[in-house]
Amino acid sequence: MAANKTYWKNAEQLKENSPMVDQLEQKEFAEYIPVNEFLEDKEALEESSTSRRDFLKYVGFSTAAASLAACEGPVIKSVPYVVQPEQIRPGVANYYATAIADGFDFGSILIKTREGRPIKVENNPDAPVLGGANARVNASVLSMYDTQRLQGPKGNGTDISWEDLHLQVGAKLNALAATNKEVVLLTQTFASPTTEKLIADFTAKYPNVKHVSFDTVAYADAVDAFQEAYGVRALADYDFSKAEAIVSVGADFLGDWQGGGFDSGYSKTRVPSKDHGKAKMSKHFQFEANMTLSGAAADHRVPVTPSAQKNILAHLYGAITGTTVSGSLSQAHQAKVDAAVAALKAAGDKAVVVSGIQDNGAQAIVLAINNALGSVVMDANSPRLIRQENGGEVKPVIDAVIAGTLGGLITVGINPVYSLPEGEAFAEGMKKLDLSVAFSMKEDETAVAAQYIAATPHYLESWGDYEFKAGHYALAQPTIRPLFDTVQFQDSLLKWTGSEASYYDSIKSNWAETILGDSSWNTVLHDGYLSAANASQNDYNATDLSAAVASLASAQTEGLELVLYTKTGMGDGQQANNPWLQEFPDPITRITWDNYLTVAAADAAALGLKNVNVANGALNGSYAKVTVGDKTLTLPVVIQPGQAKGSVGLALGYGERKGLQDEMNVGVNAFAFYNNAKNVQSASVSLADGFHEFACTQLHNTLMGRGDIVKETTLEVFNTKDKSYWNAIPVVSKNHMEQEVTSPGVDMWQAFDRSIGHHFNLSIDLNACTGCGACVIACHAENNVPVVGKEEVRKSRDMHWLRIDRYYSSDVTFEGDNETKENISGLGDSLTTFGRMEQASENPQVTFQPVMCQHCNHAPCETVCPVAASSHGRQGQNHMAYNRCVGTRYCANNCPYKVRRFNWFLYNKNDEFDYHMNNDLGRMVLNPDVVVRSRGVMEKCSMCIQKTQKTILDAKLDGREIKDGEFQTACSAACSNGAMTFGDINDKESKISELKENERMYHLLEHVGTKPNVMYQTKVRNV
Amino acid sequence: MRKSSLGAVAGVKNLFIVIAISFAFTVSAQEADPIAGKKLFNANCAACHKLNKKAVGPALKGVSAKYDKEWLYSWIKNSAAMIKEGDAQAVAIWEEYNKTAMNAFPQLSNADIDNIIAYTDYTPPAPAVPAVAAATSTPAGDSFSNDIILGALALVFGILVVMLILVNKTLQKIAAAQGVELAPVVEKPARRPLWQAFAQNQFLVLLSVVFLLLSSAYFAYGYLMQVGVDQGYMPVQPIHYSHKIHAGANQIECKYCHSSARVSKHSGIPSLNVCMNCHKNIAEYNGEEDLENGYTKEFYTKEIKKLYAAVGWDEENQQYTGETEPVKWVRIHNLPDFVYFNHAQHVQVGQIECQTCHGPVEEMEIMYQYSPLTMGWCINCHRETNVKVKDNEYYTKIHEALSKKYGVEKLTAAQMGGLECGKCHY
Repeated sequence: MAANKTYWKNAEQLKENSPMVDQLEQKEFAEYIPVNEFLEDKEALEESSTSRRDFLKYVGFSTAAASLAACEGPVIKSVPYVVQPEQIRPGVANYYATAIADGFDFGSILIKTREGRPIKVENNPDAPVLGGANARVNASVLSMYDTQRLQGPKGNGTDISWEDLHLQVGAKLNALAATNKEVVLLTQTFASPTTEKLIADFTAKYPNVKHVSFDTVAYADAVDAFQEAYGVRALADYDFSKAEAIVSVGADFLGDWQGGGFDSGYSKTRVPSKDHGKAKMSKHFQFEANMTLSGAAADHRVPVTPSAQKNILAHLYGAITGTTVSGSLSQAHQAKVDAAVAALKAAGDKAVVVSGIQDNGAQAIVLAINNALGSVVMDANSPRLIRQENGGEVKPVIDAVIAGTLGGLITVGINPVYSLPEGEAFAEGMKKLDLSVAFSMKEDETAVAAQYIAATPHYLESWGDYEFKAGHYALAQPTIRPLFDTVQFQDSLLKWTGSEASYYDSIKSNWAETILGDSSWNTVLHDGYLSAANASQNDYNATDLSAAVASLASAQTEGLELVLYTKTGMGDGQQANNPWLQEFPDPITRITWDNYLTVAAADAAALGLKNVNVANGALNGSYAKVTVGDKTLTLPVVIQPGQAKGSVGLALGYGERKGLQDEMNVGVNAFAFYNNAKNVQSASVSLADGFHEFACTQLHNTLMGRGDIVKETTLEVFNTKDKSYWNAIPVVSKNHMEQEVTSPGVDMWQAFDRSIGHHFNLSIDLNACTGCGACVIACHAENNVPVVGKEEVRKSRDMHWLRIDRYYSSDVTFEGDNETKENISGLGDSLTTFGRMEQASENPQVTFQPVMCQHCNHAPCETVCPVAASSHGRQGQNHMAYNRCVGTRYCANNCPYKVRRFNWFLYNKNDEFDYHMNNDLGRMVLNPDVVVRSRGVMEKCSMCIQKTQKTILDAKLDGREIKDGEFQTACSAACSNGAMTFGDINDKESKISELKENERMYHLLEHVGTKPNVMYQTKVRNV
Repeated sequence: MRKSSLGAVAGVKNLFIVIAISFAFTVSAQEADPIAGKKLFNANCAACHKLNKKAVGPALKGVSAKYDKEWLYSWIKNSAAMIKEGDAQAVAIWEEYNKTAMNAFPQLSNADIDNIIAYTDYTPPAPAVPAVAAATSTPAGDSFSNDIILGALALVFGILVVMLILVNKTLQKIAAAQGVELAPVVEKPARRPLWQAFAQNQFLVLLSVVFLLLSSAYFAYGYLMQVGVDQGYMPVQPIHYSHKIHAGANQIECKYCHSSARVSKHSGIPSLNVCMNCHKNIAEYNGEEDLENGYTKEFYTKEIKKLYAAVGWDEENQQYTGETEPVKWVRIHNLPDFVYFNHAQHVQVGQIECQTCHGPVEEMEIMYQYSPLTMGWCINCHRETNVKVKDNEYYTKIHEALSKKYGVEKLTAAQMGGLECGKCHY
């Protein structure tokens, strides 16, 4: 029967009489190579200045030169320090605790430096608040080595000295103060106690100066609602590790919602363990329009448009508080709301409702619901201070700048000309002001429009103090001397205030007076954080919400609703010149180097929008014209499974702009639609001409019932059924007996004794993984993984050693997929059913699966290498000797997991790949312990052998045994969700040994018999 | 030979000084003993003072002429007190030397101080110098006579050859004159030349072609295998730093300067402040010379001045100027980027002597690459060297298990997994 099967590589092949297939089958070179045209063109040939003789001369010369050069080694100079700093030892890394607060991302982190160069960002696991670094924070170290950074201050377009800038701006400030013309200090949210104090001193000296906070991506409504309810301008904090029932209405709390960082607490409640009889895990309902990380993780995801979300929130409120709410929901929505309310009520005070609806009433209702639930998950006593924008304050400033009625404008850490829909008018208005100063790291749109550009240092070159959350402080310290002639905003402020002190002095004295208490400055600087016991109690002031509820309940859809969101990789776009982030595949769409309009399949069909795969498999998408108000943009379209019908999504932070290298100028600036800083806009969409070429790293979207790749089950089955039901080990037939593939009898290889020494294993818990991608960037930074650019990614030549596969179910659930596949009978049925299963369902289940080299004990790649470049170590790692590799690529062909990456080109010091490895500045981020690979060799995950070897060496030097938890890979160290655990399985007490014995444990493609050293933990859904 | 003769010269010189000094004492005052004074000076004063040169403190040659003896007693025993009391001379010195007070030496008796002063006043008599010069000139005389003997021998042989030719001619003439028939020239039948015979023997041709090919392949292989192997690489360095003097003559421990070898993958080239730990006080070279190669005292002293220029040390005023110029050493041991080597693992954990890989560094006037640093060389050592597991708890369990598995008492690095590709290539 097998011979009758049709194997096909592309959907195009299934079409009968497709001319493209015919053409590809007949001709190796689909396109005609114009040899004759060239040779017949006598004129061109005669004009050519290179004769045959010349050609031979060049060949001869270059051969001789190459062979001569190969024989003589270069003279390498070594330059030691004149006076070596005490703490720096060449070859030994130093770690410093610091903090990032760029206005979008906030957190306590550790910085690894080598010979004084920061090379990697790591989590600060001891920090109680925001101690996990996301993908952008992990990548931020590269943003310091950015060639596009400002190298010094500028005045009216020319370089000036800092003395002149301070004098001239100071004089203008004095003049404006004399005439009492208003100057606005428009800044990012600092959340910095000392900076607040310095600004207060500054405004005291210049009473005409007004400080206004401006967030590129604002949560002004939530801050306003919290202020009304609790009297403090802040955002409620949520500790999801206490939650048993979570209902999110349009809040992507595993993404960037309200500053992010909620995922590590969330993941703690998502791992079922049978320690005490029946396993428990939290139950998560998600009502949302775009497919988000939170939706992907949810047990019940309901795709609903933003206006329907408002209705749902009103009804949730009604059901919980027992008030009657006008209007009614659709039957399907009502059923889900009922289920959600039941779950919330069952969880008692361990229930929580969160919402991303940008509406004052909606946010007030969320606070009311959580108060009604008595939620312990919500923390109002110690709220988050990391978003401060006040819509009511910002709007008049923008209007005044545009009208030119303002005296002066000082912007700090923001780029309003880029991030305001009225940006162009804003830039025009800035030119009319008496004084405009932009504190910026880049010569961006706002900086160009300003009279003075004050070049600021990167956060890794700066001092700083922060209060991320009331009572929880963090200190930032420089980890390198400023690379350029830059001055921190706070130091300039001190100059203008007439103070002799530096910002560092101010922080120190301010902390000594108000924050430190009994703690020592050096201890806090060493730890990076200080959590004071916060005794303050914020009382809830109940207000009448009936009007708000009525307004929400009656909200209606008008046309298509555009939901603007921030991508996991790009965020608000301030790190757009970071090639790691540009090449980071979006966790949901797996598309790199782009933003796009996400459209539901039904809407796309109605509008005639299409996604097609071209001959080499790459993805193309139609263009669409999107109009919001009087603005129209032409955008490429991605048909997104799970997108709520009637809504479209678009990511902020992209688009052509200043201060970016040409290669990074990708996508379209969606801030043009960000009217009134609201993320939902009414839009109209129509088909436009042409197709856009995407660089997508995963072209196959669905799992098609392949349950041996991602194993999934439900909490009920997990609790009631035997392991063999939901996590069966595959069997093979030997001598007509079915045997488990793990039994030694069916193995064609002899096993080695691996019980002595270390044997490393990595466990990946699919339940705890939220797909955040911090590990992907951490792997990039640790292992010097090159960036290849959009064109190469489109050709499937991306170099990521670690990818996070995202699978959609083609039925409503993965379980349904498995059943559909089992029930296929006959060839005809299989063709049609498999064809159908390629399409993700309208609202699919989603799983993320991080895949790196599986370090198989019986590795298929090792046996096929003709030069033994790939070999196995006793410690379980599959070694790759780059210097031995001759590039046959047999190993990649024989790898069932497709984790090997081939260097098609030289990616460093090559102008064709003009990313960080092509300039001296960018190369400073390279890890000196890992070799930079050359062209023509295969590379792959090494299980961070440089890190395991370092841990072993440290233990040897100390003469001690290694404790559990000391062994880490870059990805396991970066995972703050506890999804990745690394360790030595020969240490029977270790966590990894425990996980290896876990019921949920399985190996990827176990039936192949490769015996991998990476294991996965079956995903369990609480449905 | 030369070394021992030089040693003898130095010995003679010392002896001479001792005699001269003791002679001087018998003549001058009996109470002060400059030999004891020298010992005391080296033990107490030399860290900051030199005889003829300003160091941290002033030069002490003839100090007794400048100051009253009683004043010196009290100054040496407690200078700070004198400054406090406002003694004019004391304050003047204190001011001159950047207000750094001299350490107090209450443990020195007046007699000790007398001895030290006697040492600082002592001038060795002049004749010592010609004696050394005479001694060093002898080796040059030796080589001169060798040349003469060789030349004479060559001449004798030349004359002998000419004489033999002449005798032969004379004998032939005599024979011709007496009609003696010399060996008749026999007309041999025309034989094939050897090369023709060779060319016609195809087997021989084949054999020699094979031989030629094999031997050229052997030499070509040998040539190619040494490409990139820089054994013996001995580049000229910006400062002539002699390991022979530092590690050899002065027996400075390798890891005093290359301290990061204990903790890091790099052995580290010492930063210049490490040099200045000693060279703040050692401004000139006074050790042995190697005149044949031009390594005179002046030569070495000049190299020390290069260090001062690089580190920005103002010798006159005994302070740093702040104008530095880092030294660009030429790196000798170059491993390719794709090889990971860790000094701490070998030096600290493995307790391997530096000389095992770097050769007799203490005898190297100019540092060179001693070992080939090829992979085969690494691997051989890993096969042969036992791992130092004693007193290292990390190895306790793994050693026990592995020695049982292999049935051996001691484990080589290879048995521990030291031959795996990924241990050095990542």
